[in-house]
Amino acid sequence: MAETAALARLMQGNEAIAEGALAAGARFFAGYPITPSTEIAEILAKKLPVLGGKFIQMEDEISSMAAVIGASLAGLKSLTATSGPGFSLKQENLGFAIMTEIPCVVVNVQRCGPSTGIPTATAQGDVMQARWGTHGDHPVIALTPASVQESYTLTVQAFNLSERFRTPVILLSEEVIGHCRERVVLPDISELKIIDRKKPPAGLARYNPYEPGADGVPPMANFCDGYRYHVTGLTHDESGGPTTDAEKAERLIKRLNNKVMDHLDEITMTESWMTEDAEIIVIAYGATSRSAKRAVKMAREVGIKAGLFRLITIWPFPVKEVTALCRQAHTIIFPELNLGQLIGEVERAARNETNVVGVNRVTGEMITPDEILNKIKSQVKVEQHAE
Amino acid sequence: MQNSAEKYLRTEKLPHIWCPGCGNGIVLGAMVRAFEKLGCDQDNTVIVSGIGCSSRAAGYMDFNTLHTTHGRALAFATGIKLARPEITVFVIMGDGDSSSIGGNHLIHAARRNIDLTAVIFNNSIYGMTGGQYSPLTPTGSRATTAPYSTIERPFDLPDLARAAGATYVARSTSYHAAMLTKLITAGATHKGFSLIEAITACPVSFGRRNKMGDGYDMLMWQKEHAVPVEKAKDKTPEEMRGKFLIGELYKTEAPEYTDLYNQLIRKSQMISREE
Repeated sequence: MAETAALARLMQGNEAIAEGALAAGARFFAGYPITPSTEIAEILAKKLPVLGGKFIQMEDEISSMAAVIGASLAGLKSLTATSGPGFSLKQENLGFAIMTEIPCVVVNVQRCGPSTGIPTATAQGDVMQARWGTHGDHPVIALTPASVQESYTLTVQAFNLSERFRTPVILLSEEVIGHCRERVVLPDISELKIIDRKKPPAGLARYNPYEPGADGVPPMANFCDGYRYHVTGLTHDESGGPTTDAEKAERLIKRLNNKVMDHLDEITMTESWMTEDAEIIVIAYGATSRSAKRAVKMAREVGIKAGLFRLITIWPFPVKEVTALCRQAHTIIFPELNLGQLIGEVERAARNETNVVGVNRVTGEMITPDEILNKIKSQVKVEQHAE
Repeated sequence: MQNSAEKYLRTEKLPHIWCPGCGNGIVLGAMVRAFEKLGCDQDNTVIVSGIGCSSRAAGYMDFNTLHTTHGRALAFATGIKLARPEITVFVIMGDGDSSSIGGNHLIHAARRNIDLTAVIFNNSIYGMTGGQYSPLTPTGSRATTAPYSTIERPFDLPDLARAAGATYVARSTSYHAAMLTKLITAGATHKGFSLIEAITACPVSFGRRNKMGDGYDMLMWQKEHAVPVEKAKDKTPEEMRGKFLIGELYKTEAPEYTDLYNQLIRKSQMISREE
């Protein structure tokens, strides 16, 4: 215990992301200054070169995303960090990384939007942009930390999932998490589970960069590591060459989606608290889940059978888990710091059979436990009235 | 191409997609001959391209090839070069790619003097999308988006690159293919950011609309309007009107970005030890 205690620190959320990235083995960062994510760049500018890694402040958000993809293709685990306006600008190249199956991590420390909005105020407004911001049908993995500690562990996890599935992973933090300082206990790096991209065996007569393994994920040769191949954002066949063949196009797009959707057990992360006997379940993610936990605790104190279900992975949306909760509870309360984005997925899971109620705010301030508690109480009354 | 340069091509991907009379094949040929002169190690060379007719060239070359998004080739290339400075990186872009949507990346790659060799296929038009004017389209030319002829002034790309900090700047044409090979070779040998503009013909989307004839006529236009730098010295401004310079236009030595970064790594490690 003494050793662990020595590693306990007071840390800021953005700092934890930078530390998590280094622990995961990231050795390349390209970014552009933007509030409230800039500390991540500042810390990595200082720490990466010491480790022989590379930091570059690019001329804009678009080129930052491009440089990260290039560096990853050359073999370095890479990340960028941004916020809403920058996240919008990165979307085209994010789609390129998805299409070309180049792993990388994109951190979005969300701020109040739309447009320039309130740069220093918190929000959860980029949830749907994370899912559908880039054009076309594509898979997305997005994780939402609720604490500084989790900012660290989920950054490591984001790199692992990215390398495992050869796809970009989005870490959706929030201003209030990024700038919050709290106690964290960093694990010993040697104890962390680190996943690296699967490489093709050496000496193949021909390497097809997009020929999948049994799990749908093609082994990835880094550029200039012995195999020469073509990478393009055009629809391509298994050799990497462009194609307009209908069958090959369908095979590629379905495989890109299936390689993620077939492995939800490895990707979906959730947390239950007092849900076993709950009749009203609050489902929440990110910083909002902390207010929700408090609200559930207060509800229990006054005898309401409430519970909390926290989404850590929001994309792919945990349909199976949420569907089960919708069958159990008579009411789902879904607070989020937007006008109601992810709630659409909950309603889809509920199929009109369960009462789904939102608690929303777009003021740049957090939703308070009282707001959620009041909503819980109001739903109890509805239930009693119905009886 | 029955010679040893053929090994640099993915011959199974040929014939190419370019139109009859297009000069891109000649520029591709000049690049491949430069690779041969340089003795390029295919396994340690990356070719990055953007979007457009020109950028399809990457797919025909037997290297590690990366066909990126429109305008962003230099940014992807910067990531590769910084991640692994030992890799030789060529970048292929068109005029729209490099001077319009990717103009910002061009000036910043030049400013950093990062060791990339950029070959710009300048056909004065957006060919892939059917003939819209670009920032390199000469004033007064017709394009599908300039039906009354363009009123915009074009960039002089070598001047722009030089002003932004490029340390090797050259221009040739698809008519002067041997010179183009020489310049690409010199640009690749030069340590730092090199830009070689290759004036090439688009008879289908530019020439036809501007009554410049077919591919052959456009090559002749290049022959008649290009003036080698060494000959330009003796010419009056009057004689140079409507002409453009070809050859090695600018060359200087300056610290290269990835070299500087390696120094920065050593400095950071020294400071870190002291702390």
